[in-house]
Amino acid sequence: MQVPLSWYLIVAALLFCIGLYGVLSRRNAIGILMGVELMLNAVNVNLIAFWRYVEAVRATMAGQVFAIIVITVAAAEAAVGLALIIAIYRNRHTVDVTEADQLKL
Amino acid sequence: MTANLFFNLTWLIPLFPLAAFAIIVLWTKRNRLLSTWVAWIGIGLAWILSWIIFWLAGYHAQYLTASTNIYPVPLFSIPTGSTELQVGFQVDTLTGLMLFMVPFVCLMIFVYSKGYMNYGTQTVDSRYSRFFAYISLFACGMLGLVVSDNLLTLFIFWEVMGLCSYLLIGFWFEKKYADPNRITPKQAGLKAFLTTRVGDVLLLAGMLLLYIQTGTLTFKEIFSPEVLEQLATTYAFGQVPWATVIAILIFGGAVGKSAQFPLHVWLPDAMEGPTPVSALIHAATMVSAGVYLVARTYPLFVAAEGGAQLAVVAFIGAFTALFAGTMAIAQNDIKRVLAYSTISQLGFMFAALGIGAYVAAVFHLITHAFFKALLFLGSGSVIHGVEHGHHHAQHEGHGHENGEFDANDMMNMGGLLRRMPATGWAFIVGALALTGIFPWAGFWSKDEILADAWNAFVHGAEYGVAKFWPIFVFTMLALAALLTAFYTARLVFLTFAGRPRTEAAHHAPESVPSMTWPLIILAVFSTFLGLFGMPWASQVYNLLGKYGTIMGEHIPHGEFNALVAGISLFVAGLGWFFGWLLYGRKPLVEAVDPMEKPLGLIYTLLKNRYYIDQLYHKVIVRPVIGLASVAYAFDDRVVIDPLVDSVGRFCRWLSEWLKKAVDNPIIDGAVNGVGRVTAWFGEFMRATQTGQIQNYLLVAVATVLFLLIIFLARMRL
Repeated sequence: MQVPLSWYLIVAALLFCIGLYGVLSRRNAIGILMGVELMLNAVNVNLIAFWRYVEAVRATMAGQVFAIIVITVAAAEAAVGLALIIAIYRNRHTVDVTEADQLKL
Repeated sequence: MTANLFFNLTWLIPLFPLAAFAIIVLWTKRNRLLSTWVAWIGIGLAWILSWIIFWLAGYHAQYLTASTNIYPVPLFSIPTGSTELQVGFQVDTLTGLMLFMVPFVCLMIFVYSKGYMNYGTQTVDSRYSRFFAYISLFACGMLGLVVSDNLLTLFIFWEVMGLCSYLLIGFWFEKKYADPNRITPKQAGLKAFLTTRVGDVLLLAGMLLLYIQTGTLTFKEIFSPEVLEQLATTYAFGQVPWATVIAILIFGGAVGKSAQFPLHVWLPDAMEGPTPVSALIHAATMVSAGVYLVARTYPLFVAAEGGAQLAVVAFIGAFTALFAGTMAIAQNDIKRVLAYSTISQLGFMFAALGIGAYVAAVFHLITHAFFKALLFLGSGSVIHGVEHGHHHAQHEGHGHENGEFDANDMMNMGGLLRRMPATGWAFIVGALALTGIFPWAGFWSKDEILADAWNAFVHGAEYGVAKFWPIFVFTMLALAALLTAFYTARLVFLTFAGRPRTEAAHHAPESVPSMTWPLIILAVFSTFLGLFGMPWASQVYNLLGKYGTIMGEHIPHGEFNALVAGISLFVAGLGWFFGWLLYGRKPLVEAVDPMEKPLGLIYTLLKNRYYIDQLYHKVIVRPVIGLASVAYAFDDRVVIDPLVDSVGRFCRWLSEWLKKAVDNPIIDGAVNGVGRVTAWFGEFMRATQTGQIQNYLLVAVATVLFLLIIFLARMRL
């Protein structure tokens, strides 16, 4: 039997919610970054699932290509994000985002 | 005719000196040499064009003879209400004659000025370039005046000259004298300006009346027979026609400008200006303008036959001629003697106009311009020499003259013929011409006036002038000629004869060539110009004869009368003889006038110019100043000051009230309110900016969810 599309979507939605919760609740910047990765990958799951089920003809590779682009962007984002976190850590000896509020007077 | 080409260029004549004025003032005034040349070229071009027009006008005189038959050079028109005011220039024979004299004499004076203002020496005048700018403007005024084809343009140029005379008489405005009674250049300029203003008001009134009566100010239209007829037959009041009233008012303007009694007081004081200016005012421009004005508007004077206007002109002229002559004999200032002589000679011209001797008057105007320019420039050369001699003497340590040294005083001169031969001989030529000695220019023109007066007496006068006036004029002018010869002889002997009476005169050097050459050229003209008036020089005379018909056919012109010529020569000779007897036979050694003792009180009276200046000062100047100070006090303390104060107080009160009632509650409140609301809103919004990234994310998520709910709800609907 084939796994229906809705299962994929539910998994992806759960994954997205876990990531969102992590982003909103974690104080550690690294944790926030990890949450963001989860959210991106939830989107990737959706992309691939819709490609597999909705694009019936499968004449194009748009879904897969899109997913690969998102992975690339996520890698780049992780690299920049980690660099920023390291820079903050060097200046303030912490990675707690609630402490990083200098722009607010 | 080919003359059209040049006649159409008439408008350029006054433009050249005007351009010179503008160029000097705007650009070249720092460079003295360049300014000199600009002025020279300006007047030089005007001179060349003027003489071309003069010869062409003479050649074509038969086309330009009658007063209405002129060559018009229209320029533009100014719309004035329902009519248009035509502005333009014109050429006729009178203009041609003036163009012969004015620019040439001006040119001589311009050349002379370079030396007189000490170009290229240590003592060069600090406003040297400005002087050339002013005299250029002055020449522009006179040239514009003689080519104007209507009274308004004429009046404008007339006023330009008035302004220039003020500027130039007061040219050395910083000069002050130790004697508080002696008039300073600044005061003299003001005096000239204000005195001529009296005449100008009369002239303006005449112009206005003329415009009201005829609706035009253009000469050609005024002088048409119909308009003249209309002016002569409509009456201003009683049996006095408008022509008489207007003519007398215009003559009033001429009296002011030509310094006739009773407005003569400014001219002697105008001597405070630099001497070239005196020559300009007295010979080429300014005072000639008055005579020219009467000559130009002569048809108005003869329109109403038997009117009082010609008698007024004749009386004022003849009286002034004698009156000024008497004052001249007791003056010691060389330039003042010449100034009174000018007034006297202008009186001759007006007297001639008053008895209908139009040609003789214009002829005398021309010859007089040449020899009077010569005499003034000569006296300037003498004064210049004596001043230099004075500096030299002081430098050498002979400076034993204490106090202020007056280089104009003839008592400080003497024996200058040997020191300054060129100036001296030229001056003597001018003196002979002025006194009317055969065969110099003055003889012919003066004789023609006297001959016309005599003929008018014998054969009856023109234009209904009563027979009394010609003989009155004849007598007065003959006496004036006697006085002219006497004071001129006195002037010449005191200045040039005998031995120097001061160190300054002893050391006086001859002037530089740029001063002596104009003198020599003018002397040549003063000698030969009279030949135009010689009765047997028919070729030359015909030319003037053509000019002589300016007024149409009925101009009488001087038949040569041996009896009159004899009388004229006799009185001139008598004058010279008396002069020689008193001053020449035994030249003065002391600075005391030999007339002073025998004449006694009369001498004092003459020396003080009949106390007319003092009289005017008491009767006119003082009351006017008094009235002005009363008016000032009234104005200032009673009217203006309280008025201004109360206006101020009212405004202050009004603004206080406005401040309380409007400004504070409404304007201030609105502005402050906007500020306060903004501040409060800012405070409120500030709270949302926590600086916590996760708060912002939460808001973003909430917003997205909210939008999602709305979106889904709408889908459902």
